[in-house]
Amino acid sequence: MSATEPAASNGTRSGWKRDGLRLLRSPSFMTGAAVVVFWAACALFGRHLVPYDPFADDLLNSLLPPSGEHWFGTDQLGRDVFSRVIAGARDILTVAPLATIISTILGTALGLTMGYFGGLIDEVLSRIADAVLALPTVIVALLALTALGTSTFTVLFVIGFTFAPIIARTVRAGVLAERGLDYVAAAELRRESSLYIMFVEILPNVIPPILVEMTVRLGYSIFTVATLSFIGFGIQPPSPDWGLSIASNYGLIGGGYWWTVVFDSAAIASLVIGINLMADGIQSALDD
Amino acid sequence: MIDSKHPALRLENLGVEYRVKGRGIQVLQGINLEIGRGEVYGLVGESGCGKSTVAYAVLRYLPRNGQVNQGRILLDGHDVQKLGNDELRELRRTSIAMVYQDPSRALNPSIPVGRQVEEVYELAGIARSEWRSRTLGILNKVRISDPSHVAERYPHQLSGGMQQRVAIAMALASEPALLILDEPTTGLDATVEADVLDLILALRQEFVTSILFISHNLAVIAKMCDRVGVLYAGRLVEEGATAEIFRTPQHPYTAGLLRCLPQRGRSKDVAPLATIPGFLPAAGERGGGCVFASRCGLADQKCRDADPVLADLGQRSVKCHYPERSGEIALAAAPLVTRQLVAASGAPILELGNVSKTFGSQRHPVKALRHVTLDIRAGETLGLVGESGSGKTTLARSILGLVRPDGGSSIKLDGVEVTADLAGRSQAQVKALQIVFQNPDSALNRSHTVFRMIGRTISRLTGLDGAARAIRIGDLAASVRLGERYLNAKPRQLSGGLKQRVAIARAFAGDPRIVVCDEPTSALDVSVQAAILNLLVELQASKQVSYVFISHDLGVVRYLSDRIAVLYLGQVMEVGPAEAVFSGPHHPYTEALLSSVPSIDGGNRQRVKLEGEIPSASRLPTGCVFHTRCPRKLGRICEDEVPGFASLGDQHQVRCHIPPEQLPRASQQHQP
Repeated sequence: MSATEPAASNGTRSGWKRDGLRLLRSPSFMTGAAVVVFWAACALFGRHLVPYDPFADDLLNSLLPPSGEHWFGTDQLGRDVFSRVIAGARDILTVAPLATIISTILGTALGLTMGYFGGLIDEVLSRIADAVLALPTVIVALLALTALGTSTFTVLFVIGFTFAPIIARTVRAGVLAERGLDYVAAAELRRESSLYIMFVEILPNVIPPILVEMTVRLGYSIFTVATLSFIGFGIQPPSPDWGLSIASNYGLIGGGYWWTVVFDSAAIASLVIGINLMADGIQSALDD
Repeated sequence: MIDSKHPALRLENLGVEYRVKGRGIQVLQGINLEIGRGEVYGLVGESGCGKSTVAYAVLRYLPRNGQVNQGRILLDGHDVQKLGNDELRELRRTSIAMVYQDPSRALNPSIPVGRQVEEVYELAGIARSEWRSRTLGILNKVRISDPSHVAERYPHQLSGGMQQRVAIAMALASEPALLILDEPTTGLDATVEADVLDLILALRQEFVTSILFISHNLAVIAKMCDRVGVLYAGRLVEEGATAEIFRTPQHPYTAGLLRCLPQRGRSKDVAPLATIPGFLPAAGERGGGCVFASRCGLADQKCRDADPVLADLGQRSVKCHYPERSGEIALAAAPLVTRQLVAASGAPILELGNVSKTFGSQRHPVKALRHVTLDIRAGETLGLVGESGSGKTTLARSILGLVRPDGGSSIKLDGVEVTADLAGRSQAQVKALQIVFQNPDSALNRSHTVFRMIGRTISRLTGLDGAARAIRIGDLAASVRLGERYLNAKPRQLSGGLKQRVAIARAFAGDPRIVVCDEPTSALDVSVQAAILNLLVELQASKQVSYVFISHDLGVVRYLSDRIAVLYLGQVMEVGPAEAVFSGPHHPYTEALLSSVPSIDGGNRQRVKLEGEIPSASRLPTGCVFHTRCPRKLGRICEDEVPGFASLGDQHQVRCHIPPEQLPRASQQHQP
């Protein structure tokens, strides 16, 4: 029972503003956001701020352990690991968000179509989506990379293609709930086009779950980009990309040169955790 | 456990506070009441008044942010607040039980209902061997005719009325000293509601239990309760014997509430409904002075400055500075609106011929509508009455083109056949037919502003744009009494009544000729309902529009309708002028429906009881669809032959095998 029914208009903040304020008070969102903002800053300005040129070889000083001079040590070619980790944020933070946005746009359009039209259209599209979901991302990636060649575009395509059905499923569920509401019938009664009803009437009301799903996907997308780099099909050398660095250095762990791998791994982990914390915060801010 | 020294429940100066965003909001204040042994005490008030909060406080089941911050709750003499966890468990196990509004959500969907009842006995420490027999016994007591069969069912396999019986059985199983019923019949159909209420009254005799009966429905309270407390904005404003309070209310709020209801037999031609102006002040914005002062026709400076005490007047008490002036309220609140009502006349503008609608597959057809033939004339209101599943909404949606009726159905607007599909209709036809939906929360897009919703409808239907459109939006808002300042608001910022005004404005945006009103006030409180009904009548008079008015509230239908059609299982059973349908003679189904409605000035009308459950639309009875429940069934002919319409004169038709001259036999005058 509603103990506080708003009787008049003033005093109640609009929905987005209120949710936004609630986000700022959410510790998990703020922690996550701090981590992500840090890495975003590194991606934008890192190359100009680091103490060493991340690409400069210095074979005389290769594989030095962490020290005051080289905080995270140096790698096989004598490059400063700290500088490379900071600078390495750029590629992954370009490719992963872009891929996530592509999959969100695709998935939203797909989910709106499935949910709004229903029936046979929904049936067919849902089965196709299921089929895509059944394929492991790495397999799709390998197929695409052999067919299209190794490029950033291919990585975007692979992630967009494999993540879109997941977004679509979330959107479809939201649309199905909205579809039965009378405002949709009211729009039909003034003969709005299907596109108008889907994108202007329904879409704004399913944005919250899309936002949450998109943030969660961003975390996975980071992971996938790193994985593809690691297996050599993503971002290409000489980029200081984290996945790439781990791939080229993990053989050295056995020799005790842990610093060549650990800091890159920690960078990936912190970014993924930061994004997931943000997703949690958004979810709970929108829930109540 | 029964100890006659103490009243079953005693609230002493109870206050409850909710903490919201670090701020305390006092939702209940200074509630004093006492429920004696075996007494049925009604708590009535509009939504947001704190009725359920009282129940939860008594159960000590307030939400996490709620706490009792004043006074005491004495249940059976025990201070509920002081109980330890074990004692609280013991109390809930043995002394108190609650029945909730929505039984489909109160019962566990994945456990057979019999097992759910058994759990009560299990908790009570009854020997395992007795669980089953006791369960069947209690189910039998709540008039479930085949308990061993029903006990095996899952909740979704039972009808709403049956589910509520099970919930009541569960509550009674522990033989509690206090039974709390929170709107126990609100979601049920009229005939089912009447059955459940009768059941509760009967059980009251069998079980020595006191009942706290919470409802917003004054008529239900009048029927059920010995004493009643009227709650407003978290304060008890009036209390006393039910009959007395309802006959001579002394608090302006009680008087106002009673006057908001359509009076027995009154129609819109006589006078508009009284309303209570203003809004319930939001919890936390209730300053000094009388909480009702801002809406009270009698309020003066004293009312605004000083909060009156609940004055004891012997058998009753009232929280008002001027209880002796309650007689003036009638005069003070009477609206001075004169209306010119149009006489419905001339050729029908909408003709429905043989409209049928079958859902489901060929193999499992669900016949929602069967050969409905009706017409609607200009400026007329056609009331559609029937229980849930009778096809009211399907019929409305077929008219609008939202549902495509079966082949052979005919819908004619101004004598011209319109296509079943909305897409095939002309712009004029689409404009002509609009709807006000039942639930404004669902009907208004929560992402759009009022301005945008009304504006878009105007542009789509009339092609107006720019300044002309803005003027039209202003006119529409004014005609539904929606302040300009609300135009930029979104639905969540509006109260229920305001939202429904927006929906009405939208329905009138394209100057419709027929507006379908699908239970437009069922989600609203009575004082708001009255204002909305008045508005609909006014708009009808000024815009010459016809209404198809759907409602399960017969009082409302009677007030608004010129003609009434009674639907049962997708068929029109009776149609005729409102006056004739209500005064009879009627179809046996109409008779049962009318007799099941409790009324405030009550009296105990002879109720016509219906046997059994409404049959499923996927397995309709042969012959007359009503024969399985008809109290006046003639015999074989009812099972074998579909009755045709018999005329009772003056366009009053009844679909029944009983010859018209014999129909009045059992009928009395029913005028809710």
